Amino acid sequence: MAKSASENSALAPEILAKYEPVIGLEVHVQLQTRTKIFCSCSTRFGDAPNSNVCPVCLGLPGTLPVLNKRAVEMGVRASLAINCAVHEHSRFARKNYFYPDLPKGYQISMYDQPLATGGWLEIEHEGARKRIGITRLHLEDDAAKALHEGFSAADKSYVDYNRGGTPLAEIVSEPDIRTPAEAYAYLTTLKQVMLYTEVSDCNMEEGSLRCDANVSVRLRGAEQFGVKVEVKNLNSFRYLQKAIEYEIERQIGVLESGGKIFQETRLWNQNEGRTIPMRSKEKAHDYRYFPEPDLLPVHVSAAWREAIRAAMPEMPDAKRARFVSQYGATPYDAAVLTETRARGAYFESVVQAGAPGKSAANWMQTELLRRLNDSGKEIEASPVAPAALAELISMVEAGQITAAVGKKVFAAMFETGRAAKEIVAAEGLGQISDTGAIEQAAREVIEKNPDNVAKYKAGNEGVFKFFVGQVMRATKGQANPQAINDVLKKLLS
Amino acid sequence: MATNWTINGVREALTAKKISARELTAEFYKRIEARNPELNAYLALSPERAQAQAERVDALVAAGKPLPPLAGVPVAVKDVISTRGTKTTCGSKILEPYVPAYDATAIERLEAAGAVILGKTNCDEFAMGSSNENSAYGPVKNPVALDRVPGGSSGGSAAVVAAGLAVASLGTDTGGSIRQPGAFCGIPAMMGSYGRVSRYGLIAFASSLDRIGPFATSVGDVARVLQAIAGRDPRDSTSTTDAVPDYLAEMDKPVKGLRLGIPKEYFAPGMDEGVRKKIEAGIEIYRKLGCELVELRMPHTDYAIATYYIIATAEASSNLARFDGVRYGLRVDGDSLVGMYRKTRGAGFGAEVKRRIVLGTYVLSAGYYDAYYLKGQKVRALIARDFREAFTKVDAILTPTSPVPPFKLGERTADPLQMYLADIYTVTGSLAGVPGISVPCGKIDGKLPVGLQLFGPAFGEARVLQLAQAFEQNGGATV
Ligand SMILES: [Zn+2]
Repeated sequence: MAKSASENSALAPEILAKYEPVIGLEVHVQLQTRTKIFCSCSTRFGDAPNSNVCPVCLGLPGTLPVLNKRAVEMGVRASLAINCAVHEHSRFARKNYFYPDLPKGYQISMYDQPLATGGWLEIEHEGARKRIGITRLHLEDDAAKALHEGFSAADKSYVDYNRGGTPLAEIVSEPDIRTPAEAYAYLTTLKQVMLYTEVSDCNMEEGSLRCDANVSVRLRGAEQFGVKVEVKNLNSFRYLQKAIEYEIERQIGVLESGGKIFQETRLWNQNEGRTIPMRSKEKAHDYRYFPEPDLLPVHVSAAWREAIRAAMPEMPDAKRARFVSQYGATPYDAAVLTETRARGAYFESVVQAGAPGKSAANWMQTELLRRLNDSGKEIEASPVAPAALAELISMVEAGQITAAVGKKVFAAMFETGRAAKEIVAAEGLGQISDTGAIEQAAREVIEKNPDNVAKYKAGNEGVFKFFVGQVMRATKGQANPQAINDVLKKLLS
Repeated sequence: MATNWTINGVREALTAKKISARELTAEFYKRIEARNPELNAYLALSPERAQAQAERVDALVAAGKPLPPLAGVPVAVKDVISTRGTKTTCGSKILEPYVPAYDATAIERLEAAGAVILGKTNCDEFAMGSSNENSAYGPVKNPVALDRVPGGSSGGSAAVVAAGLAVASLGTDTGGSIRQPGAFCGIPAMMGSYGRVSRYGLIAFASSLDRIGPFATSVGDVARVLQAIAGRDPRDSTSTTDAVPDYLAEMDKPVKGLRLGIPKEYFAPGMDEGVRKKIEAGIEIYRKLGCELVELRMPHTDYAIATYYIIATAEASSNLARFDGVRYGLRVDGDSLVGMYRKTRGAGFGAEVKRRIVLGTYVLSAGYYDAYYLKGQKVRALIARDFREAFTKVDAILTPTSPVPPFKLGERTADPLQMYLADIYTVTGSLAGVPGISVPCGKIDGKLPVGLQLFGPAFGEARVLQLAQAFEQNGGATV
């Protein structure tokens, strides 16, 4: 997390506090279809430049777009996941501008009739929940990738059209966001929802999640919004907060020194740590939108929409609530366990394999997630399968091994992929419930510690824990704690 | 031996082994060599492709296998239709070096039907024009009257068929670009309903109006070519899923009792007297055939030209954006990216294309969209409604194709508005999406051809062909 604005600021905190930032985000999400939105070329990332192209996505004269139904389906999934109303009729328009990454001279994008409108996402920030409105979700085709660096001819640019025509969903939020941290929380939540619905891999490095921010400031209590500035190039979660912080302060600085904010587009420059205005030539666009005559209007029937809804996975919010009510998880545990769909699925598999919910949650958080994190593994690639973890938990619950030994066994399971039973048997780690052995150990402890015996007998009950610890140590942690209690009480009475 | 080949004539000659497809192809190339320098109707020839296709047809004949419907028929294709391996310039300097990597659907279907594609025909640049004088490669001469224009924009496609340099050809019609050259060159020419023929591979001028259609020397041959290229194409979302009827079977039915609408608005002052007389004589033929003539009102006709030039130019301004010098065609280097764009497009496009790009850019601009483009779409809907209402009363609508006979080369180039008015009777049907045909309706003073236009209801091509054929078979061409 970046430092808060006031820490680096030239402006005094009380000046900054006079203003309220108003932020809206425009997020582009690449839809995870196998083929492009208007042709059947592959959308695979990382292939040799200009290998996934055809006359259609190269915009060769005379070619026509044909809409990929799967892209619409994913758009509908995404819309439903962010609580939007999906319209029965939507349509594509042409957004006209010249750039080498745009082979047709226009982008095909929904404009006056988007796929879906009027949704919301609930974010959690500093313990408080807040609803952020979503204005619209619309579909469009991605531009190609212009490459300016790394070529021998310094005065030349190259274009890789592989990405051109990849389906995008643009999700526009209402100006409901008030702080850079809320913007971060919104983008995090949106990403989580998109991952849950499996409409996108949301990989920011590969460009499948991109974000622009509309930022303005106004005096606290003012009704009217200030003049908004569009900040582009926020292509990582870290930059997003920094850039918005910078832009808020910049605007406040301008206003405080008697200046005016102009509606403009600025680019975040990570190297310089500031936003820079785009050249006027680049921003003076009149896109001359008009309905795309090469495509029919998009029709999403109520039946299709409901079929897509019925096939939707449980959303993070609902899953969190259910984990609390069904498994008695704490809200915190539930949030951790539902962070990804795979994590939730793992948890429920452990429970289904017989582990109590509470124990499953504890073991996952204290052992599994920590070790996965340390080893840089995803939960899908966990060396310990849910059933194997459940077996370990049931051994601990049944008193076959102690919790302390369980942790050692888990470490071995994670290292080797072997089953808990196998490890316990091989290393003789089974719990000692045989009172004879425990009693012998207890007697030795009592004999060696007459002072503490005296204290205990004088009424100092706290010393009892000392005896338990010593007996546990003497039995290498394998003794049943209840049995130790019983034996010690008998011998000390 | 200057045989007037027809599709049936080719078929019979091939089947009887009087001529091979290769010999026939060679004969046509000989004719082209002799006549094209004068007419300037072909821009590029594709002899290797034609030869290969002719060999395939000859192999079928030799094996005694059934011949596809257009087997061995030499055809020409307007240069706005994409042909793999053969230059496709759209009559423009900006595509002078462009050789497509793929075939239009209509090309694939022609060849699947056995046709031999001879080459590409001259046209107004990007199909924008009514006289073929906007071609960057020089005007086409009208083979019927050499001092006259062949019409446009598909002037080359009309001229090659009229001059016997192809048995049939494909043109494209956006506001009259098939029908008007057909009328000027004295041959039947048809545009099917919007959506009847796939536009995949047709280099777009105005996407919501563009249609591919045939020229031939008889209505029957027009129907045969249309039959071969019509039908659903999954590569064109706007192509219809409606089944294509058997046109040849439908069109032989008698026309007695059919109702023909004559809209008053198409016979207003401004029409050439010679044209009027021929059309009136043409109407008499239908009366004699027992058709019922119904006077019609189509009240929004007067707004058609303005509406057409708003919608068509708006779409064109966007469709022609891809010619930017980045990937193919002409590139003129500049000192920056924008400089390269400006120099390339400045040098590559002709005056009329630039005029329409500017007009189209204007009508789509912020602040003008509602007043022009949106209003234009509303008027277009009213014009389409005029047609729908008319077709509740009549089976087809009869009008002149052009208010004037073929004019002299250079006669109208100075005044673009005057040129735009040449489309006054054809643009309505384009805006309404209905099928239309122009059939020869005599010649003024025995010299200048006149075309009679018939519109049918959407996807009613069979009715249009039926009436056109009856006209042709009852002396229409010589009224
Ligand atoms: Zn492609």
